[in-house]
Amino acid sequence: MFENLQDKLEGAFKNLKGQGKLTELNIAATVKDIRRALVDADVNYKIAKEFTDTIKDKALGENVLTAVSPGQLMVKIVSDELTQLMGGTASEINIKGNPAVILISGLQGSGKTTFSGKLANHIKTKLNKIPLLVACDVYRPAAIDQLKVLGEQIGVEVYTETENKNPVTIAQNAIAHAKQKGQNVVIVDTAGRLAVDEEMMAEIYNVKQAIQPQETLFVVDSMTGQDAVNTAKAFNDRINFDGVVLTKLDGDTRGGAALSIKYTVNKPIKFVSRGEKLIDTLDIFYPERMSQRILGMGDIVSFVEKAQEQFDEKEAQRLQKKIAKNQFDFEDFLQQINQIRKMGNIKDLLGMIPGVGKAVKDIDIDDSAFKKIEAIIFSMTVEERRNPDILNGKRRERIAKGSGNTIQEVNTFVKQFDQMKVMMKRMQSMGMGKR
Amino acid sequence: MGIFDKIFGKTKSSEEIIVEEKQLHDGLEKTKQGFFSKISKAVAGKSTVDIEFLDELEEILISSDVGLPTTIKIIDRLEVRVARDKYLNANELNNILKDEIGNILAENNTKDLPSFLPNTDKKPYVIMVVGVNGVGKTTTIGKLAYQFKKAGKEVLLGAGDTFRAAAVDQLTIWSERVGVQIVKQSMGSDPAAVAFDTVQSGVAKGVDIILLDTAGRLHNKQGLMDELSKIKKVMSKVIPDAPHEVLLVLDASTGQNALEQAKQFSAATQVTALALTKLDGTAKGGVILSIADEFKIPIKYIGLGEKMDQLQVFNRQAFIETLFE
Repeated sequence: MFENLQDKLEGAFKNLKGQGKLTELNIAATVKDIRRALVDADVNYKIAKEFTDTIKDKALGENVLTAVSPGQLMVKIVSDELTQLMGGTASEINIKGNPAVILISGLQGSGKTTFSGKLANHIKTKLNKIPLLVACDVYRPAAIDQLKVLGEQIGVEVYTETENKNPVTIAQNAIAHAKQKGQNVVIVDTAGRLAVDEEMMAEIYNVKQAIQPQETLFVVDSMTGQDAVNTAKAFNDRINFDGVVLTKLDGDTRGGAALSIKYTVNKPIKFVSRGEKLIDTLDIFYPERMSQRILGMGDIVSFVEKAQEQFDEKEAQRLQKKIAKNQFDFEDFLQQINQIRKMGNIKDLLGMIPGVGKAVKDIDIDDSAFKKIEAIIFSMTVEERRNPDILNGKRRERIAKGSGNTIQEVNTFVKQFDQMKVMMKRMQSMGMGKR
Repeated sequence: MGIFDKIFGKTKSSEEIIVEEKQLHDGLEKTKQGFFSKISKAVAGKSTVDIEFLDELEEILISSDVGLPTTIKIIDRLEVRVARDKYLNANELNNILKDEIGNILAENNTKDLPSFLPNTDKKPYVIMVVGVNGVGKTTTIGKLAYQFKKAGKEVLLGAGDTFRAAAVDQLTIWSERVGVQIVKQSMGSDPAAVAFDTVQSGVAKGVDIILLDTAGRLHNKQGLMDELSKIKKVMSKVIPDAPHEVLLVLDASTGQNALEQAKQFSAATQVTALALTKLDGTAKGGVILSIADEFKIPIKYIGLGEKMDQLQVFNRQAFIETLFE
């Protein structure tokens, strides 16, 4: 009946005691794993290193009092920092102005034109303004036609000058056109360009100078690798953009470029874009989702979160003292059981720990053992619960009747409880010695 | 090589070769600065491969998108070679490294192509071009058509991207620019039907090479990948072994996701060759090495700009030499 009990309590006790503080040694392997995960997700090598080092230094010495290992806690800390770094201040798109002008920039194939269409639709349907799309890609074959088709699909006018090869004057004329027509947001789509193409970078700089946009957005493919840092920096140095748009997030890339770019230029990610359809495929940026996607250790993070929710540090210290003084009683025991239960099914909990999941799959862990124990404890008086030593034969007989057990079962339980207390005390002193 | 020339016409003039080398050199200038010049620095004045050097090498490789497993493989091989052969100076270490990187490419059937023209007597020779959105499929087709035409071949384009706005127009402009024929239908029509028409028309016209464009698609969208398999299959109804080549276009600035792209597109269409585009940017193109390391698909072409003539056949030796210059 109580077969699993000892193991369970041992586990619960370990959880309470925790493993001391975060040290260089006990998180070394995890830091390596985290760095590897970041690099695999295309986070820039240097940034992955710098970022983990900074967080590690900050985290060292932090107490690990809960149900988690130092490594797991480290993962959680990194995940939080990642979320915070990518989030920062809220970043609404600025459409104040008459008309407001939004300049779209980026490399070839990053998805500027598709995004321009999506943004126009967003402004029209969600922000209830009248947008005007402007085709300033005078180089790529059929780029102007592409924007025209998109404009038609969403019922937004597209300003084009097929004979004009100068993006600066096209953009200027478009703004004049918008003023005349009462359109209040002008979206200027530009040609894709490489950051090293001096001529093209000068061109977009000139466009920006000429039209003084309220928003300059840098559109980047979420599949971009290590080069994201160079490109973002070069564009930012030249045109000082206001925000970033991450495209093609409906793919399976882990999107480390988002972190690299935010880290390098510290500009907010204003939109994420997924899919080729123009409607309902534009989303605001959720830093937490992105950090989980990049780090890819969501199971550990949610395990730590659950554990942190349930385990109370002060309570843990109080219990440690009680155990040390041999005052651990049935009430404390009951509390322990409740805490374990609050964390969910034991098997599920174990399953969340990477590597352990498979191992426990076939083992039958019976939660019902707790029920019997609870019944016995509930049948005790408060005095009995607090002073296990006063349980004489008469009291045990009453408890057995009250809980629907035989007196032998009650005796076994009390005996095991005593053994456990001894064991816990021994474990604790061992643990103390280690620290 | 002689055989190629007999079948497909004249060899390049020395002038053309000089222009190409300059392009490659210019395009890779940035790559080189970020890549191997650092190795020279790291190695300068050192007589052993110490941990510091290996760390630096790791950083250089990873920062070039080579990816962890391949980086580790290169480092391991370098250590084995150094233990066996020793080396005297930075130059020698550079050579060993060059060698090992070259080996990884060679192990993957990447051969130095003598020309753009396929080594084949198939007529028409059908090339299907696939890839994710925005990698430069249509531009690569335009550039390839230009090269084939220049070599005296009859080329037919198939506008198989009936999905993206104005994609058909884009390919049509290329066909006019290069002066080759095109088969197209209206936007939104069935791409498999376009593929069928193109091959059939190519056979009827007796063209030498058919280039079929397809819509960009993310490799994790099963429905779209199935569509690609279907497009491929329908062509074999006209010519049993068509398409003879499935060219996967990859963007040099793509990170580790390129591996997944290679994997999934291969699963759907048995990719036979790779083209790496946008190598004229700051992207390092190291992704080539991880793909070479993992898949047996040769790299055939590299894109170095938006102009018609800015496509080159991949030359392993030249590629590595230029990097190490």
